[in-house]
Amino acid sequence: MDLYNNTITDTLDFIRGDKEKATSVSDSLITRIKNIDSKVGAYVSFSPDKSIKGIEQNVSLDAAKKGAPFFGLPVSLKDNICTKGWETTCSSNILQGYIPPYNATVVKKLREKGAFIFAKCDMDEFAFGSSCETSCYNKRAMKQKKLKDGPASNPWDLNRVTGGSSGGSAACVAAQEAICALGSDTGGSIRQPAALCGVVGLKPTYGRVSRYGLIAFGSSLDQIGPLTKTVEDSAILLGIIAGWDQKDSTSLNVPVPDYTKSLIDNVKGLRIGIPREYFIEGINSDVKKVIQEAIEVYRSLGASCVDISLPHTDYSVSVYYIIATAEASSNLARFDGVEYGFRHEGGDLHEMYYETRNRGFGHEAKRRILLGTFVLSAGYYDAYYLKAQKVRTLIVNDFSDAFKKCDVILTPTSPTPAFKLGERMSDPLAMYLSDIFTIPANLAGIPAISIPAGFSRDGLPIGLQLLAPAFCEDRLFQAAYTFEQNTEFHKKRAKL
Amino acid sequence: MDYEAVIGLEVHVQLRTDSKIFCGCSTKFGDEPNSNTCPVCLGLPGALPVLNKKALDYAIKVGLALNCHIAERLKFDRKNYFYPDLPKAYQISQYDMPISYNGYILIEAEGVEKKIGITRAHLEEDAGKLLHEGIVDGSYVDYNRSGTPLLEIVSEPDIANPKEAHEYLTSLKSILEYLEVSDCNMEEGSLRCDANISVRPKGSKKLGTKTEIKNLNSFRAVARALEYEIERHTDEIEAGEKIIQETRLWNDAKGITISMRGKEEAHDYRYFPEPDLVPFTVSRETTSVIGSGLPELPRERKIRFMKDYQLSDYDAGILVQDKKMAQFFEDCVIGGVEAKQVANWIHSELLGTMNAQGISWQSLSLKPSDLAGLIKLIESGKISGKIAKEILPQMINAGKSAQKIVEEKGLAQVSDEGVLEGLVDSVIASNPRSVEDFKNGKKKSLGFLMGQIMKESKGKANPQLVNKILQEKLKNI
Repeated sequence: MDLYNNTITDTLDFIRGDKEKATSVSDSLITRIKNIDSKVGAYVSFSPDKSIKGIEQNVSLDAAKKGAPFFGLPVSLKDNICTKGWETTCSSNILQGYIPPYNATVVKKLREKGAFIFAKCDMDEFAFGSSCETSCYNKRAMKQKKLKDGPASNPWDLNRVTGGSSGGSAACVAAQEAICALGSDTGGSIRQPAALCGVVGLKPTYGRVSRYGLIAFGSSLDQIGPLTKTVEDSAILLGIIAGWDQKDSTSLNVPVPDYTKSLIDNVKGLRIGIPREYFIEGINSDVKKVIQEAIEVYRSLGASCVDISLPHTDYSVSVYYIIATAEASSNLARFDGVEYGFRHEGGDLHEMYYETRNRGFGHEAKRRILLGTFVLSAGYYDAYYLKAQKVRTLIVNDFSDAFKKCDVILTPTSPTPAFKLGERMSDPLAMYLSDIFTIPANLAGIPAISIPAGFSRDGLPIGLQLLAPAFCEDRLFQAAYTFEQNTEFHKKRAKL
Repeated sequence: MDYEAVIGLEVHVQLRTDSKIFCGCSTKFGDEPNSNTCPVCLGLPGALPVLNKKALDYAIKVGLALNCHIAERLKFDRKNYFYPDLPKAYQISQYDMPISYNGYILIEAEGVEKKIGITRAHLEEDAGKLLHEGIVDGSYVDYNRSGTPLLEIVSEPDIANPKEAHEYLTSLKSILEYLEVSDCNMEEGSLRCDANISVRPKGSKKLGTKTEIKNLNSFRAVARALEYEIERHTDEIEAGEKIIQETRLWNDAKGITISMRGKEEAHDYRYFPEPDLVPFTVSRETTSVIGSGLPELPRERKIRFMKDYQLSDYDAGILVQDKKMAQFFEDCVIGGVEAKQVANWIHSELLGTMNAQGISWQSLSLKPSDLAGLIKLIESGKISGKIAKEILPQMINAGKSAQKIVEEKGLAQVSDEGVLEGLVDSVIASNPRSVEDFKNGKKKSLGFLMGQIMKESKGKANPQLVNKILQEKLKNI
């Protein structure tokens, strides 16, 4: 078997602290990328000097860490996680040429444990999107950075989207161009592409993983999380990056358990909540079927299913698009051409601001900045932002009530399998509804995982989502692991 | 018709913490541009703020000293606006839940005590600074100041005239200096003030339209600008014109205010809760520990000085204005000299010399024991008051004790009766006219003869003894 096919567990087993073996893992991935990334288009940069050659340098750089438990493990990163000395762009024109002078806390943690940053993944611009199609690299002018001329493609069907916004992170894992990857999830940006690409994607509890060095979209919603080939890998990777960080006041000082200890093939007595609001008309029939079959798998393994209600589900998307855009409008204000990134020269200060932002941001970024600016404006704040915060509290309460009756909640991750490239680009509302099942976990700050649960009639992967109370990632891992051990879906690979 | 002004002041004070409010960078003033910066205070993407506890403690300290309520929940908000000195394009500030609110300070107005309400005092971060001087191809930005902790202290519109405004600022500054939370240096920008003013017919309940005055660089500028605005408002009202609600800039050189922006151009700051800083509870314990550690404040100290040292209201008032001066005074008194004497010496001679030479209490090398020593030399008759006044500047400049200067320069008072008699005799001999005048009842001549004797002795003769000897000798002529 080729090394690029390996999981984290296999890879570490193979390397065992040997530098040459680490290099051969990395070489295997490089060959794989050279062969297929011109079709998938998952990556935007491969090393600080942007060349694929630079990847080898990364391995040797970290050779000093020999003896570290994760020595030689290559981790691909979504391009909104800051890497010192290595361009970080959020797939936006406005950050072209921006080289962070510091590493994100997750990068620091990975490197301390011996892992290294392998390459950086494409994404929707500033994580605004559910298809990876808003990336600035999809424009012809920017294509030189990617191996593919055009947007990232779903490895299962190159005419379809990867999902998003962590589309590159999901696609590189699904296409065996990475051992594992990190993405970020604000409203489903890890779980939805994981589901559409047939990999495991985890959004941790808000505050579980430090956001320091993650370029913010919606500060009260964002979390970094793993995209992996198996549930075990997800548990391993979360174990590395989780934990309190002095530099992030919103991270919580809760001990990090050994998540691999919760990889137990047993759901006997587990109470699985099935929210009736999630199984309404409009869900793709294949998705519905796959989820119903998954419920049956759990039943047959000794879990019980409980009918629960999350009454404010209907408001989630609206609440989310008010809070997330409000925060985004403020978070993105700093991209003004003064300090770093793209600047339009000429004219006075006002013109510099105006043209820098006009030319630097793509359509979707502008749409969200305008929306967010509007809901925070004098005279509208109470009606939109304040009201949305109140409804957010109701949604939080929905979950705490529901978890009195069940241990985990099971839902589809996405209402449909991967859609065609271009299909929803002219219809932002349809695009926004891609995240209808994933948004509530972000609003409530609770952890949620998407795992492969089956395939559509067209052979497209379908994901199932499990949600648990805050800091109960271990519960998610056990339930997800049990499903994985008793099904074969995760073993199937995209043919490329 | 008579008019009255309604004035409220907003004071921004830099808190003197070692590091910035949301990162570990130094707050030092005057360093190489952009040398005290990091991803947080540069607002780099992905960087996050972490509150400096010291800044919070200082804010609570000020709140308590201003008799404010201290909020039980600490919450920060984002104030959004674009300007090159603001790296995140929002300022982390406090909008609807200031750390302290509903307080007051007492000031002296027309000889009576007056309460000036404090609406709120909230924490926020300072911005960077634009550099224009000597730059031809645009402007540069220095972010060293970015993230310096600021406390914005907003008064109620309880101030009735420019004099009260000046008094309020002096009292506030004095309190802040006593708390040792700020340098309060207007030149370096560690204390800044904006003024809100409106004018209405005397006795009217309805407020007039207000204007805000910015660019006030000294307490004197505040008073002058207010005087100007009161006159401008009054003239406009008298002329039947409407006052426009606007922000105006004070031009100190010309002594006028100029319109900067109107109400329509006012920013919509789109305040919303800062999601990167989770609200937290300020424990009552923390507040009470800080409260019990508050130093004696100027007003309390003044009352104590009046009581303990029998000083006049005026004397005590001047002494407590500066914490170091008050301390200097007390240390002198502890050194065993009479309080009233010390107060007089500080007010007249010491302050006079310091002002003339531009010496601050901060930089004064004279020790309280030195001044006490000087006064003791007068009290014991070793030197005359006149000599003492001459010695003081030398003490300050040379850093020598009075005793030493007296010894070195031979300035000790002459009390040897034999020597003095000789002096008196020679002056009497060389001024027969005055002696005769005296004999003829012209008492004034005695003063002249005294003066001549003192002059002969270069001021060193003991005046009491000279007086005694002179009187006796004249009687016997």
